[in-house]
Amino acid sequence: MRTTHDTWLIFERSLVLSLRNPVWVIMGIIQPVLYLLLFGPLLTNIARMPGFPPGGAFNVFVPGILVMTALFGAAFVGFGLCDEMREGVVERMLVTPTSRTAMLLGRSLRDIALLLAQALILIGLAIPFGLELNGGGILVSLAMLALIGLVMSPVSYMLALVLQTEDALAPTVNGMALPLLLLSGVMLPMSLAPDWLQTLSKLNPLYHAVAAIRSLFNANYGDSEIVFGVALLSVLAVVAVSLGARTFSRAAA
Amino acid sequence: MKASATIIETSALRRTFKGKNKGRGRGPSPEVEAVAGVDLRVEAGEIFGFLGPNGAGKTTTLRILSTLLAPTSGTARVAGFDVARQPGEVRRRIGYVAQSGGSYRESTGREELVIQGRLFGMGKAESARRAEEILAALDLTEAADRTCGTYSGGMRRRLNIGIGMVHQPELLFLDEPTTGLDPQARARMWDEIRKLRESGTTVFLTTHYLEEADALCDRLAIIDHGRIVAEGSPGELKRQIAGDVVTVGVNGQGDKVVKLLQAQPFVREACLEDGLVRLYVDRGEEAVPNVLRLLDRNGLAPSTMNLHRPSLDDVFLKKTGRSLRESAA
Repeated sequence: MRTTHDTWLIFERSLVLSLRNPVWVIMGIIQPVLYLLLFGPLLTNIARMPGFPPGGAFNVFVPGILVMTALFGAAFVGFGLCDEMREGVVERMLVTPTSRTAMLLGRSLRDIALLLAQALILIGLAIPFGLELNGGGILVSLAMLALIGLVMSPVSYMLALVLQTEDALAPTVNGMALPLLLLSGVMLPMSLAPDWLQTLSKLNPLYHAVAAIRSLFNANYGDSEIVFGVALLSVLAVVAVSLGARTFSRAAA
Repeated sequence: MKASATIIETSALRRTFKGKNKGRGRGPSPEVEAVAGVDLRVEAGEIFGFLGPNGAGKTTTLRILSTLLAPTSGTARVAGFDVARQPGEVRRRIGYVAQSGGSYRESTGREELVIQGRLFGMGKAESARRAEEILAALDLTEAADRTCGTYSGGMRRRLNIGIGMVHQPELLFLDEPTTGLDPQARARMWDEIRKLRESGTTVFLTTHYLEEADALCDRLAIIDHGRIVAEGSPGELKRQIAGDVVTVGVNGQGDKVVKLLQAQPFVREACLEDGLVRLYVDRGEEAVPNVLRLLDRNGLAPSTMNLHRPSLDDVFLKKTGRSLRESAA
């Protein structure tokens, strides 16, 4: 009860602040839009190569771009927390009875809301390029993107609470996010990769998320990656949120 | 206001930090003892000052008392509850204003006050009303809907204190409330802090300004290297030192004057130095009229008279062997 109430308060406050100064939100979408406009068209020819997964080029490419946006959008949210820590906002709230879970969850839900808004814009922009929509698949895909946010955003906040400064956070987050991105088959399908790289990428939860969302975009609902991806991300989200909430509690100890 | 009651009580409070092992050696990193056995008692309704140079352990102690940091050993009871075992109960009853502030530069003053109230469980309307009240009391109504980043240093500090006061805590912790403020804003802040005491709030503040501890605090503790080296009212502390010094200019009649005053019970010691009579007394403010009357009755006219009172820096110097002014610089 207390947690729900506090989560809403923190969510509302965070969202208002993000919308007041939407630089990050806009920056977060410029990069994927550029990929969509300047890289996506290259794939139309590659899509004819053997080994390229079934579906139109954009139905393969857009799921990857969405996962990339979710990954990078959520991985860097800790920067905002560093800023709040420097101004004493976090400490001030730690000396109130506010639920520690809410301090994390309120912010993470804001991150997810922004991330879903970005996803919808990207999907809309991709339609003229030949993205074929199917309603149910998109909805489940958005849910998976939200789950990616619910894993990455708490991780980023945890790192921020531990590392304290942007200077320390930037290389850590980059070092974590880049391999996750490259091993997820976002840019080009991993089916084009040599065996060892394929094996390695299967250890990456995002690989399964990308595969699942591609199947969802192509109405290939029988793909076992979908159930596996949702289950895996759900488990990771529960772990990330619990650890993140604990880090907030420990921040006051 | 409540009858005098103890609102903070600590016993053998210690906090150590793992030191950073900067050498290349493999040995265990040394422990740094930031707070080294602090026993404190603060009564409800007073302004209690924690005076010490930077790095003396002031902020660490404050963070323990406000539940932000767990003590390594020892106990602390704040507002009736143990900080380590019942932090939630303590948090409901205290306000805490960190040195780094607490208001976010992109939020408006009003937004910050309202959300703080709501985090303490107030309803929307109640929290808005309380915010209005505080804005008016702190003379911030006009700036209420501007973002905090546009406030002057003094305004921002006042707002931060207002945020700490939203839920009407019994006890307010202020970490270096006037550091970096210009003299005018500092005087204003002192007024606000005195007003808090008048309204019945206990104020616990840290400072490294001697003048501030002297002028503002009812009682204070001097802390150095994590230990309390002296505790009492500013007056008591200064009296422990040497008493006051009265110097009297006497136009060549020095010997006579020394003889006369040495015999008085209120004079600890009298001597002649560079043509001036120096008297060591316990209470200078009482000694001055006594001396005047005595000299007058004996037909002696003093040409000058000076009262020098020991400062808290003299206290600090005596207790630690260093001057706080130098340590703070």
